[in-house]
Amino acid sequence: MTVLAAGRPTRPEIEIPNQAAPEGRGHGLAQDEPLIFELDGWDKTGVDLPEAELDASDLGDLVRTSMIGLPGLSEPETLRHYVRLSQKNHAIDLAMYPLGSCTMKHNPRLNEKMARLPGFADIHPLQPQSTVQGALALMDELAHWLKTLTGMPAVALSPKAGAHGELCGLLAIRAALEARGDARRTVLAPVSAHGTNPATAAMAGYQVVEIAQTDDGRVDIADLASKLGPNVAAVMVTNPNTCGLFERDVMEISRLTHAAGAFFYCDGANFNAIVGRVRPGDLGVDAMHINLHKTFSTPHGGGGPGAGPVVLSAALAPFAPAPWVVSEEEGWRLIERNEGEAAQAFGRLCAFHGQMGMYVRALTYMMSHGSDGLRQVAEDAVLAANYVKARLSGALTAAFPDGPCMHEALFDDTWLEDTGISTLDVAKALIDEGFHPMTMYFPLVVHGAMLIEPTETEPKSEIDRFCDAVLRLAAAAKAGDVARFKGAPFTAPLRRLDETAAARKPRLKWTA
Amino acid sequence: MRYLPLTPSDRAEMLAVIGAPSIDALFVDVPPAARLAGPVDLPPHQGELEVERAMGRLAARNRPAGAGPFFCGAGAYRHHVPASVDHLIQRSEFLTSYTPYQPEIAQGTLQALFEFQTQVASLTGLPVANASLYDGSTACAEAVMMAARATRRSKAVLSGGLHPHYAEACWTLAHTAGVATQRLAAAVDAEAAVIEAIDADTACVVVQTPNVFGTVTDVSAIAEAAHAAGALLVVVTTEAISYGLLKSPGEMGADIAVAEGQSIGNPLTFGGPYVGLFACREALTRQIPGRLCGETVDAEGKRGFVLTLSTREQHIRREKATSNICTNSGLCALAFTIHMTLLGEAGLRRLAMVNHARARLLQGALAAVPGVEVLTPRFFNELAVRLPKPAAAVVNALAADGIIAGVPVSRLDPGGGMDDVLLVCATETTAHVDIADFAEALTRELAQ
Repeated sequence: MTVLAAGRPTRPEIEIPNQAAPEGRGHGLAQDEPLIFELDGWDKTGVDLPEAELDASDLGDLVRTSMIGLPGLSEPETLRHYVRLSQKNHAIDLAMYPLGSCTMKHNPRLNEKMARLPGFADIHPLQPQSTVQGALALMDELAHWLKTLTGMPAVALSPKAGAHGELCGLLAIRAALEARGDARRTVLAPVSAHGTNPATAAMAGYQVVEIAQTDDGRVDIADLASKLGPNVAAVMVTNPNTCGLFERDVMEISRLTHAAGAFFYCDGANFNAIVGRVRPGDLGVDAMHINLHKTFSTPHGGGGPGAGPVVLSAALAPFAPAPWVVSEEEGWRLIERNEGEAAQAFGRLCAFHGQMGMYVRALTYMMSHGSDGLRQVAEDAVLAANYVKARLSGALTAAFPDGPCMHEALFDDTWLEDTGISTLDVAKALIDEGFHPMTMYFPLVVHGAMLIEPTETEPKSEIDRFCDAVLRLAAAAKAGDVARFKGAPFTAPLRRLDETAAARKPRLKWTA
Repeated sequence: MRYLPLTPSDRAEMLAVIGAPSIDALFVDVPPAARLAGPVDLPPHQGELEVERAMGRLAARNRPAGAGPFFCGAGAYRHHVPASVDHLIQRSEFLTSYTPYQPEIAQGTLQALFEFQTQVASLTGLPVANASLYDGSTACAEAVMMAARATRRSKAVLSGGLHPHYAEACWTLAHTAGVATQRLAAAVDAEAAVIEAIDADTACVVVQTPNVFGTVTDVSAIAEAAHAAGALLVVVTTEAISYGLLKSPGEMGADIAVAEGQSIGNPLTFGGPYVGLFACREALTRQIPGRLCGETVDAEGKRGFVLTLSTREQHIRREKATSNICTNSGLCALAFTIHMTLLGEAGLRRLAMVNHARARLLQGALAAVPGVEVLTPRFFNELAVRLPKPAAAVVNALAADGIIAGVPVSRLDPGGGMDDVLLVCATETTAHVDIADFAEALTRELAQ
């Protein structure tokens, strides 16, 4: 028996049998938490407000007479409720979050602090421009950084997320084609594309034709050439692509595209891999959205808000939607209507000027890194992914083993053959190891895909800890420890959830 | 660089494991002509202090709404957000997580979204709500597209009371898909003209209440007329606090309700990020754009939440998806839900009453200014007034005196013949003295 200096035993002197779970809600630090609708808050409030000075008699029967049905909670109860909920989430601040294609990197808190300065957070989109010169200067500065990093002459800032940026790019392309009297009906995109690409093309009024992929995970140039023609408006290619590979023949893709009179749209979701080392403008790109929440680390926030500014070539720039900022002698001016210098703009994407809060965060991040730091970002992100690929390739099967990958390492499920274990099972088992799983079953071109993106903000020790966990699981899979996978996760707040049942009989809100 | 943990020796060890001679060897697939030899022409990295100073200088060149009398609304509203809201949304587990693709380790986000959907359904008076869209304007455009899909018709009638930016966002999304938008003439009481524009091709009628001029309308008759013609009614609300006082869209017969949710939980931030609310009748569920969170059970039968009905979405359906939306407004939706939970029914009702009362006080004060005519007959917390001078010039003159007088209609709707109309708004943040200062300054300015 070991004894502390104070004389107290550190271990019980009797054998303790396993206890049944205690009755109440939760155990240890893990609290079960009901919905707010189940907390008896029907007559509570957590805010103190003054009495209204006047009534609403002027509104007559426009006034609601029915109950809304909203529970309220006092401040301490609200804090507890949402802190308890928060503790059921995995987060980058907790452990590696190698969700491929999502770029889950560290979110600097300086960015949050800057976005909350009253000069940015407490300004109205329609107050006089003379009273928001700093905001307009910031938008202009952000535009300068984005244009310089991409080597492109123009940028439309207002798209609110990557998919919105794709729409912006395609609508600019559509407008440019219409302006030259050349309506075209088709957009080409590889089979490995993000689902947003074909969905956006359809929203922009185009038919989508898939481009085949070569055995080494790139666009099949011969197939592309055979499908290009006078009806093709744009070719949408992600580069680095969703297999984590740089499109070696990107110059040929842009040459063929332009020769056919079409525009080259690049999905910039993976810009993190090349920022500061490659400028898309040098690759012949006509339009590319940049997910500020990926490459420039504005937080993902549990599913947004993001921001998706689109850099544009000179040919597309006139068709960019308002608003944008111009610098003049008297100061900065916001062009917010499609007239005058914006007469050719294709329209308007959203009510105001885009995601200002995200602009502040992204510019803060860029200025912190500087041109040298951003280049290092790409290098470390690519280094980390190749390191993961090297460490895991002996046990897992790399989808494209030859040559380096870019910022993410892609494996298929060949290594699971005959084990009875699926990619989903591996993902769930990783949860028990303390990690967020990799992206699974995407891209669709690789069977049972596992896409791992470590990012540049993981220390080597954490990447090693992750690789060790995956290797342990690989050994367990090969040893036939099927239960460890099929039952996983065992240690998460909940066991595996029945997603089929959820879809079969949707319950989309609480009912009494 | 403070955000990059790898040391030179880490990098050397990792390269050795990879078997690559250098970092450059990892970029071998980049065409040589496109490889940058060194950093691009931008400033080098800076410490926190330096960046904070630079950003602080930019922020100091903006006049925050809280710095003095402030009366802008027109789609974005200044409200007081309790301190605990911002604290909670900055918790690492909410801030630094992503779309809950792995529900077993994302129950925090998912349960909050389920609460959000329930709150939005209650507020709008409709049975189903989604997990948010980008903002009110894009939610409005998505509603038009959904109505066109559901009715297989190709025309949307947009009321002249619809926020002009919303109308433009609708046109931009709709016309490329072959859906026509018929935008009716702008007028303070524009809803009166909507019914006669409905015809057999009409997929939906889009009506805003309170509208961009502040006018509150009972849209029940429009709902009846739309339904009689086989069309859907989309009700738009840019000021979500108004749900606490006014009849809900669902009560008035709306098929789809969309709203800007910024007022609850989210700061002005120069127009974004905001949060689009989207609710509809049950029959339209499988046409809804964006994420939906649903209830289910885990392997032990315990209740849990997952993203569901994803066969509507781009990552499954690709070009046949109901929308291309992926990342939406998760954290803004969380802020909405937390603020809404703090308010509760009693708090929201009282907050709405205070907003309405302050706007009535503002109306009274401005109506007493010589030359000013109040145009909005029934309002919640904003109204339109006609000035004897161009409104933009008056706003600029008062801004020089430290008073942000509101939004000139000319800023939203050029050429609408309303250059002398000013939109003003009061909320619980508007003090009595602000109203008095505004009326006094306006009296002075108009006398010149």
